[in-house]
Amino acid sequence: MKIVLKNLTKKFPNRNKKQGGDVIAVNNFDFEIPDGKLVGLLGPSGCGKSTTLNLISGLEKPTEGQIFFGEDDVTSLPAQNRGVGLVFQSYALYPHLTVFKNIRFPLENLKGENKLTKEEMEKRVKEAASLVQIDELLDRKPSELSGGQQQRVAIARALVKSPRVLLLDEPLSNLDARLRLQTREEIRRIQRKTSITTIFVTHDQDEAMSICDLIVVMKAGEMMQMGKPQEVYDDPVNLFVARFLGTPPINVFEGSIKDGGLYIGEDRVLEIKTDDNKSGDVYVAVRPEGFILDPDGPLKCELGRLEVMGRDVSIVSKHGSLISESGTIRSIVNADNNVDLGLSHVSFSLKPHKVYAFDKETEERIRFESNNG
Amino acid sequence: MNETNNNTELNKIGQRAKILKRIKNAFIYVCLVLWAIIVLFPFYWMLLSSIKSYGSYNSEYVPKFYAASPTLENYASAFTSVPLGRYLFNTLFFTLVTTAVMLIVITLAAFAFARLDFKGKNLVFTLFLALMMIPNELVIITNYATITSLNLRNTFTGLILPSVTSVFYIYLLKENFEGVSDDLYYASKVDGTSDLRYLLKVLIPICRPTMITIIILKVIECWNSFVWPRLITDNSKYFLVSNGIQEIRENGFGRENIPAMMAAVVVISVPLVVLFLIFHKKIMEGVASGGTKG
Amino acid sequence: MVKQSQIKAWLYLLPAILFLGAFMIYPLFDVFVYSFEEGYNFASQSYFGTGSYNYAYVLRDPYFIAALKNTFIIVIITVPLSTIIALLISLGLSSIKPLKDLFQTVYFLPYVTNTLAVGLVFMILFKKTAYSDGLVNMFINFFGGQSVDFITGPYWAKMFVMCFYTIWVVLPFKILILTSALASVPKVYYSAAEVDGTSSVDMFFKITLPMISPMVFYLVITGFIGAFKAYSDEVALFGTDLNSAGMNTIVGYIYDMLYGNSGGYPSYASAAAIILFAIVLTITVINLMVSRKTSIR
Repeated sequence: MKIVLKNLTKKFPNRNKKQGGDVIAVNNFDFEIPDGKLVGLLGPSGCGKSTTLNLISGLEKPTEGQIFFGEDDVTSLPAQNRGVGLVFQSYALYPHLTVFKNIRFPLENLKGENKLTKEEMEKRVKEAASLVQIDELLDRKPSELSGGQQQRVAIARALVKSPRVLLLDEPLSNLDARLRLQTREEIRRIQRKTSITTIFVTHDQDEAMSICDLIVVMKAGEMMQMGKPQEVYDDPVNLFVARFLGTPPINVFEGSIKDGGLYIGEDRVLEIKTDDNKSGDVYVAVRPEGFILDPDGPLKCELGRLEVMGRDVSIVSKHGSLISESGTIRSIVNADNNVDLGLSHVSFSLKPHKVYAFDKETEERIRFESNNG
Repeated sequence: MNETNNNTELNKIGQRAKILKRIKNAFIYVCLVLWAIIVLFPFYWMLLSSIKSYGSYNSEYVPKFYAASPTLENYASAFTSVPLGRYLFNTLFFTLVTTAVMLIVITLAAFAFARLDFKGKNLVFTLFLALMMIPNELVIITNYATITSLNLRNTFTGLILPSVTSVFYIYLLKENFEGVSDDLYYASKVDGTSDLRYLLKVLIPICRPTMITIIILKVIECWNSFVWPRLITDNSKYFLVSNGIQEIRENGFGRENIPAMMAAVVVISVPLVVLFLIFHKKIMEGVASGGTKG
Repeated sequence: MVKQSQIKAWLYLLPAILFLGAFMIYPLFDVFVYSFEEGYNFASQSYFGTGSYNYAYVLRDPYFIAALKNTFIIVIITVPLSTIIALLISLGLSSIKPLKDLFQTVYFLPYVTNTLAVGLVFMILFKKTAYSDGLVNMFINFFGGQSVDFITGPYWAKMFVMCFYTIWVVLPFKILILTSALASVPKVYYSAAEVDGTSSVDMFFKITLPMISPMVFYLVITGFIGAFKAYSDEVALFGTDLNSAGMNTIVGYIYDMLYGNSGGYPSYASAAAIILFAIVLTITVINLMVSRKTSIR
């Protein structure tokens, strides 16, 4: 089932009455989620991603715009009639019911021609339970389960009625680090197996990048960019997206374009050609893996320390034009490179396709072709 | 030398503190036991008197603390010479119906306040809370007139109607309902339930402890109610136990048959005492939390 | 859509609003109307004038004056006394471990019993009859005193039984509340004070009492309100004809005016009820002001 959002807007009345006006949680959203994909809705907290999820589930009504499931306009359909499965951040399991009854709950609410007999319900519950591998937990109460197990029950409950769309709201945030890795693979596996169109909300770019077919990056109620994770990572449309994706984060410098060269501070790092022969101040952003140790390289930095990570080495250094919050440049190079810590400075040359320039005003991407080969 | 001296000195202080503490503790226990006796004695006395025969009770100028020849004849006469069974049945019926109807009324109202959105919700809720300050004595006069003019005196309807709402219990339940995570409501919406079904299938089961507390407190209140039934009934066919006791005291058993009276008192007290023994933890918790919130 | 959910919410509220409207809000206004209608007659539903005559009548009625006096005596004796006793018992309870739960349960028992039924037992214990002086008098005689008829005898004796029974009835609630208040005082305060060598009396006045004072004030306020409404305990001990027993209370006066042998005067009853409400309100406001002042300090 593909999902289409058309000019979707959601405004909330401002809680602070003195300020008045409305808070715009989702602003003029317009995109299409293809059938059977796992889509990650990604953004910092408060960017409207949960609101978007609630709009799709029907728990919130949009101020403007429409929502389609396939060809059906479901905009005015209440949540109970939309046939979506929703997994809550808190899991929201019914504490007084056993796992079995929790999973059965949505089936009991089916009416009319969809009404199931007791045997059919039991069969469906068992199928869902075995899909998420909790067959032996069916008689327990939620309070007797671990976080990871509760998570699986929540997914089973969302899946049992064969929803048209599966929605996951920060499903991993209440799990510990190890379980998080495991569970996200699990979500991927279940989604592949059921091929239900799945939307997955998270603030953790790692999670989204690792399992999603598509990611949608959001900021302050606006969609910034949508695409395959690697495409968005390699080709960010603006500084926000570039900064939001990637660990360690991208290094951002004050820089400029002049005379066909890209400068970081006074260092002419790349020979470039822009469409309209632009010049002037820009932000220059370099991915950590975009640095090459090169004694003759144009970017000269003050050497800090090394962090050995096995295969790679992370070089921590400083540069006067750096504006990243940490105050240090993180560059990742192959561990085969020897770095002499006795030296006070280190020089890099840069991989052109890992370097982006952004307009100082709009923070939009300034595309260039590199002549550095 | 000095050190050992110091040690014995310290030991002495320790010993004295220990003895003082023991004396203090003993004193506390004596006081507590004394009060326990004062609390329990009337119950003992009513049981004791109820198994003394009429003759032996009246011949004891100095009351005895035991019954020489215990008898159950007083219980027989409590049920035969006065309609005690009728009073018990009336009270049971009144208690059950009042509690059941009240539960429905307060649950619906609490749900509306806790979960539904409507214009003027805060205003209406504030008005409800304000009603908690209205003493019963102020409104009972008109209620008496209302029930009388509706020709409902000496009917169960008249007895029950004015006590099927309680603003306090609405408040208590609303607070409890609001304590249940919003996510469960949204989850049940997504799972396809209506509001009413959510209330019945999710909210009420989760809030069962509070509901039970409210039920028990209301049952106690109903079982002991006296003033309203006294105003609204003068036909002993509709008397509740409290009125029955008054009736027995003033007109029952012909002569002053105190042992039979005590038997009736025991019969009336037993249901609540049994309820208390089973649920004493719940009742005390309920009253304590009701107390802090009232 | 929006309208529908509005209607639904009101439907959920409807039963509560109907019942409260009919049996609380309407009567609230009606009682004022009654109290100003002079000579209202239940049977003919007519009255011959409006004004404050009902209030004047009630305030001059010797029965009302007697009821007022009785009520005030009961309030003044039982409220402080029961609070202090409850505090002492709760302190005792919270300083012991073995048998604590048992004591607590036993002490709470009177709360659930029918006060009219148990009142009858008290009457028998205190009453002096032709056959027997009763158990209490037996004790008095044992210690060399004269037998007193507590139920139909002198005023002070009746008032003594009254207050004794009232305290017996109200203590369970107060003990429960104070015990849980004491249990909620963090133990660290006591440990700290003990290390500093504070005496246990100082500990009580400097730590315990300030910490539980909100609950104590709460009990005093509800105690006042409850004691001013004293009625069924009196009936339990002295029977329904409280006027002739000389033990009537304000609430008893209201009911007698409304119903019973001397009844049929809802206007007088309403006036008396409003006077009672005014008294209770005044006392409560004073209480609240005192408690606020104390807690600020």
